[in-house]
Amino acid sequence: MKLNSEESAMLAGELGPVPKLAIEHQVKVGEFFGARDFVPVTQAHIMADTESLGESGVKWLEMLAATRKGERTVRIPTITDPRGTDFTKAKQLKQADWMVDLERRAVAAFEKLGVSMTDTCINYQTVLAATKGEHVAFGDTGVVIYSNSVCGARSNFEGGPSALSAGLTGRTPRYGFHLDKHRRATLHVRTSCTPESLNDWGALGGVIGRLAGNYWDVPVIEGIDRAPTSDELKHFGAAMASFGSVALYHLAGITPEASRLADVAGDSMRRHRVGRAEVEALQGSYAVDKKVDVVVFSAPQLSLFELRRLAELCDGRKFRLPLLAVTSPQVKPDSDRFGYTRRIEAAGGTVFAGMCFYQSYAREIAEANGWKRLATNSAKMVNILGGYGYVPMLASMEDCVDAARTGRLA
Amino acid sequence: MNAKARAGGRVAPVTFYPKVLRARHGMGQRVYGETLVAKDGFSARYDLDRIAGVFSRPAHKLAGQSYVGKILVLDTAKGGVASAWMLAEMRSRDKVPLAIIFNTVNPILVQGAALGEITMLAGFDQDVTQAIPNGAMVEIDPDARTIRLR
Repeated sequence: MKLNSEESAMLAGELGPVPKLAIEHQVKVGEFFGARDFVPVTQAHIMADTESLGESGVKWLEMLAATRKGERTVRIPTITDPRGTDFTKAKQLKQADWMVDLERRAVAAFEKLGVSMTDTCINYQTVLAATKGEHVAFGDTGVVIYSNSVCGARSNFEGGPSALSAGLTGRTPRYGFHLDKHRRATLHVRTSCTPESLNDWGALGGVIGRLAGNYWDVPVIEGIDRAPTSDELKHFGAAMASFGSVALYHLAGITPEASRLADVAGDSMRRHRVGRAEVEALQGSYAVDKKVDVVVFSAPQLSLFELRRLAELCDGRKFRLPLLAVTSPQVKPDSDRFGYTRRIEAAGGTVFAGMCFYQSYAREIAEANGWKRLATNSAKMVNILGGYGYVPMLASMEDCVDAARTGRLA
Repeated sequence: MNAKARAGGRVAPVTFYPKVLRARHGMGQRVYGETLVAKDGFSARYDLDRIAGVFSRPAHKLAGQSYVGKILVLDTAKGGVASAWMLAEMRSRDKVPLAIIFNTVNPILVQGAALGEITMLAGFDQDVTQAIPNGAMVEIDPDARTIRLR
């Protein structure tokens, strides 16, 4: 890779051991992908829950944090994805003390590095959305696909070590979706289905993700007959990224780089049609049981408007099953202030903040609480939780709330 | 092959490899070992029981099989960003594959391989999951970007 004088100085260790380690990691990744140089980035977003980090990852962060002050601080605004717990409710989840201790150690290390602990996977709704053409280094696939597709920003999937490295160096290797050539569509999907519910949007995203199948595929979708909301595209993109590792899509006539299909159409696009039948088939594939042990709304964290809708559905009900609603630390105070938290919890639910269900030792809390059959309206989550030993079921928010009351999905 | 190849303590025998596959991208040390092959994806978070060292997602074609010390040959990297940390964490407990070979890879697995020091190749002109048999003994040379099959 071609390095400028500042980057060469970092690599030589002239700016200290932490930037040196960071840029060495970035050069390795950049050279793998044939990046010709670095591109400056304006924000970094780090996914780093301790189930992923483990003891070894936390020790690595502590090693960075133990270096001399002035040589270890991030150079650009650097924020975090959800943590592996809500520190105020870890006991309710039956998380072990060691999990919470590990989380506290990770937080302490990040704070010494100058990282802002936003603990959110919906920073595009709550912190600062990136803008068209803005180069960023975002972790969390849902954040990346939303920022690339809906905002027109430019990011690759930056895993925790790379996002932190970008924060520490203020740049990232210029490859993948930082380049025009990778942003053109490779896959054309015509749909006759404009979903109404969030679970349907997620299922449609999942179907398209499966058709795409890998990171380098860029779907362009025609046939969506209205402007979707931010929450709808949040579920749509998160599921597409989860099922297919997709980092960018275009909606013809809707998203900023695709005013017209011709603006993004690639030379030899594969073509597919997707309708209501495919969306229902994906959801039906998870409908393996009627009985439910736990209801979870998470992945991505809920917006204020999702919590508002959930509060409406909870009014006048009493739940026999645990119902967990997970939001960001930025949204939770407003949810409290507007009474949404109180209404959800009056019915027997719980509102968590700053975590995400599947990033919170999902296997261990399943065993501790006796949870196996899980109902959710998140297509992303049903795709993930099978690997954690759950039987996840995808249904509407309304049906999930009913299941919390009756113990069964309709 | 003359040089020693990292293979969980084993040394690759001097032998003749009649088939050589070339990748566009490579990273890590030269290794020699046994393949575990499937036309399926890979995500450390979605697909693995990382404590037991086995594929755990029921729908995965390698469900129930151990990946520890194997050269995984898979179609594509899938899923979320967690794998970028998880490969290093798996390395710290010696519950890692020896190498991972993909038809197509995403940045997360490359970033994870860089931190976890796992050999990786990706990008072939043929379907590598068809070209390499399951259980074959192969040598991976990331600098030359080659896979040599016995």
